[in-house]
Amino acid sequence: MEYFLTEEQQTIKGLARKIAEERVLPVRAELDEREEFPRAIVKDLADADMFRVFIPEQYEGLGGGCLELCLVVEELSRICGGVATTYAVNALGCYTLIEYGSEEQKQKYLPDIAAGKKLAAFAITEATAGSDVSGIKTTAEKVEGGYLLNGSKQFITNAPEADIYAVIVLTDKTKGPRGASTIIVEKGTPGFSFGKKEKKMGIRASSTGELVFRNCLVPEENLIGRAGAGFIQAMRLFDRSRPGIAAQAVGIAQGALEAAVDYAQQRVQFGQPIITLPVVQDMLAEMAIQVEAARALTYAAARTVDSGARNLTEAAAGAKVFASDVAVKVTADAVQVCGGTGYMRDFPVEKMMRDAKVTQIYEGTNQILRNAIAMELRKRKGRTV
Amino acid sequence: MRQDDFKGIWVFAEQRNGRVKDVACELLARGRELADALGTDLSAVCFGHRVAGADRLIAHGADRVYMVDSQELADNREDLYAGQLAELIRQHRPEIVLAGATPFGRAFIPRVAAALGTGLTADCTALDIDAEKRLLVQTKPGYGGNVMAVIVCPEARPQMATVRPRVFRKSVPEAARKGEVIGVDFDRRRITSRTKLLTFVEEIAETVRIEEADIIVAGGRGLVKEESFQMVKDLASALGAAVGATRAAVDEGWAPYSCQIGQTGKTVCPKLYIAIGVSGAVQHLVGMQTSDVIVAINDDPHAPIFEVADYGIVGDLFKVVPLLTEKLKK
Amino acid sequence: MNIIVCLKQVPATTQVRIDPQTNNLIREGIESIINPYDTYALEEGVRLRERFGGKVTAVSMGPPQAESALREAISLGADEAVLLCDRAFAGSDTLATAYTLARAMNKLGDYDLIICGRQTLDGDTGQVGPELSQMLDVPCVAYVSQIEDVADGALRARRMVEDGYEVIESPLPAVITVVKEISTPRLPSLRGIARSKSAAIPVWGAGDLALEPEKTGLAGSPTRVINVYSPQRTCQGEILEGDPAEQVECLIGRLKDAGLI
Repeated sequence: MEYFLTEEQQTIKGLARKIAEERVLPVRAELDEREEFPRAIVKDLADADMFRVFIPEQYEGLGGGCLELCLVVEELSRICGGVATTYAVNALGCYTLIEYGSEEQKQKYLPDIAAGKKLAAFAITEATAGSDVSGIKTTAEKVEGGYLLNGSKQFITNAPEADIYAVIVLTDKTKGPRGASTIIVEKGTPGFSFGKKEKKMGIRASSTGELVFRNCLVPEENLIGRAGAGFIQAMRLFDRSRPGIAAQAVGIAQGALEAAVDYAQQRVQFGQPIITLPVVQDMLAEMAIQVEAARALTYAAARTVDSGARNLTEAAAGAKVFASDVAVKVTADAVQVCGGTGYMRDFPVEKMMRDAKVTQIYEGTNQILRNAIAMELRKRKGRTV
Repeated sequence: MRQDDFKGIWVFAEQRNGRVKDVACELLARGRELADALGTDLSAVCFGHRVAGADRLIAHGADRVYMVDSQELADNREDLYAGQLAELIRQHRPEIVLAGATPFGRAFIPRVAAALGTGLTADCTALDIDAEKRLLVQTKPGYGGNVMAVIVCPEARPQMATVRPRVFRKSVPEAARKGEVIGVDFDRRRITSRTKLLTFVEEIAETVRIEEADIIVAGGRGLVKEESFQMVKDLASALGAAVGATRAAVDEGWAPYSCQIGQTGKTVCPKLYIAIGVSGAVQHLVGMQTSDVIVAINDDPHAPIFEVADYGIVGDLFKVVPLLTEKLKK
Repeated sequence: MNIIVCLKQVPATTQVRIDPQTNNLIREGIESIINPYDTYALEEGVRLRERFGGKVTAVSMGPPQAESALREAISLGADEAVLLCDRAFAGSDTLATAYTLARAMNKLGDYDLIICGRQTLDGDTGQVGPELSQMLDVPCVAYVSQIEDVADGALRARRMVEDGYEVIESPLPAVITVVKEISTPRLPSLRGIARSKSAAIPVWGAGDLALEPEKTGLAGSPTRVINVYSPQRTCQGEILEGDPAEQVECLIGRLKDAGLI
């Protein structure tokens, strides 16, 4: 379908595809097999200015918006979901800074992230707080010299590779949801260490780990925005980043669709390529329709974010839910089309199926997001403009 | 200066560590035929220090050997060799100058051509004479070997060409052949070098030297994985053969560059060339198609390698090769 | 360091065919790319600039569409680019090409290093680099696989020979030709692409280069191509039939009969 991308957007998309095909494709199976962080690819992305895409121009970025980010994430995901996650989480890690940070904070951290010199991460999840973010227990006690952090964060993408962590902490335990804040903690700060690196079902190239804070003193100037604004900041952050996850799901599904079509065209059974069989055509057609619908919804959500609209929750959540469900179904169907071969690890589709699953889970489980959409629906009584 | 003033065919004989390279003898063999076709004589030109080989050059067909012996010329130095050769050519005016298209030859011969303002064709695969026009007809591959170009240098003299090692065959040396050896003094005041050779680091191939091997077993992309390349080595070992590789295999890291055969690797012509999992892309073929007997093992019946193979096995190389190796060991 | 990189635009594939009627190469439908060896040359030039400071200028002699190759060079890190284009240059062999490039180098002025790829995909000669150095009267180091250092107006580099490599020291300015082992070419960057779109690439013709006309184009080319053809391969081989065991048995028999094993 025609998505009316500008010349600049096409350039970004084209370069992302080139990087994915030339640098990621040859190593994706090995990265997955070894659960190895894609260090060389991060450098390639940095050298190509890809980390500048989502940073404003005054901080050495290229000032791209949500759609530009989605285009890159989609192209990377088409080849490897793990690499795409590693890239996309940098945006997640610095959006709060971009929206709410002071000029000094932005000047201090953003140029290095733009140059790909430092990676970012975002940490909210804890053992007791997944969907229910209010369950966080990591505290940041105001002391002389700054905040003293105690607690731990679970399932944090880009840990321990990232240098800059935007962490949601309780600065005031008495205030409930209004007691959380976002604070930047740099790797190497005394009292900040990493726990285990997780072994995952999919996106294995992406590094997922535990953050441990034990009397970790963080300077006062590292607090982003107002103390107590943490959850509101996080909610707005997710509204902006969810289309990125939707784009990841679209990319993974696209890669699976291509693999299934290629396979069906060359696999001969009963004297002809299986793509000539109506049962297979039916599956492939359904997959193609779903992928395109997911793409259209994702781009629409991204454009909505970029339009500056105030209420983004439904658009962002809706795209993420739809696209991730599509990715899970399409990748499973792709394995089915490829039959026995599709089940083998030497063939790329089973990885895509394993990679797709997480998109239904992280950055808000699809169940929580449906709840959120339902709440919005009630507010607007289901009416549109 | 008229064209007719240029007479004779020269072969530049490259040496290494005091020993004349085989390519010089290969060129003399063809040079002899070309000289006879033109009714002219054939000379060899050699630079170095204490080079043993003048007799060998004469035995291989040279009527005359110009030998420039000097300490400075012991190592192959482009500036010095180019300067000295250009000087000799200006003095003696050969109509044709041939040299081996070795890495050194390809680097210094163009400098001679540019200094003399004459035409040069590199990497020729065939040389012929148009006796009527007294022209050297040069054939060389382009586009990686997909196209052959036929080139002449109608007016400028000398007509220069380089030819890869193993394209021509050496003739049987005639020990009784007579010829003159002319020593030439190296004018070290006029011919100088600006570059310095600091060190040479040898990178030794593991097995038999590929250029000299009678049998070569080469592996290509069809082997799929690095571990499978071991089958190539095992078969080579069973045959006492050298190991070769296509560019694809070298790019994958399965074999060192010294094993690479083809357009940007080595040219070989062993008695027996066994190509395993090699598709036969033209860039590879130019490096081995003059082998005496070519055997190809590949699962794709349409692979271009079968067009040059004398014996072809269309089958699963993972079954065929181990079986072959096993049988040969007995 | 003032670095000049010479590059040539070539067809994207070597799978070219000859039109049997005109005896010319069929060029339609074939994309153009920067000669792969020249991308290594450009990458090395950009790396040297990153290491030692200075400027990289990409130069190409070719038809008007070669401008796209120069724009690509800018997206890959070249600071500036110049296209040498004139009908008078058509039909140039390597000598005439080297002469024209040499005139351009003189016009560009003070350079420290000229980098060329070892050969082109289409011509495969590898002659222009050394011929250029002769005309400019500067040293040439061919088949460079690594530049170890640049210091005190001299270059120390490794260059490949058949059985290993030599370490050569050369004063600057010099010409080097490079092999693919020297570097992995980078991908274009977004800022590079933006720059390449807005860059002004001057076109220099015969008049701009103070050329002696008899040394350029067809007139300046001592060699002439008198024929081109696609090599025919005759298929005279024997395909051995049977299961692997039979095929192997048969092969060994044939090779023994031929006295090869």
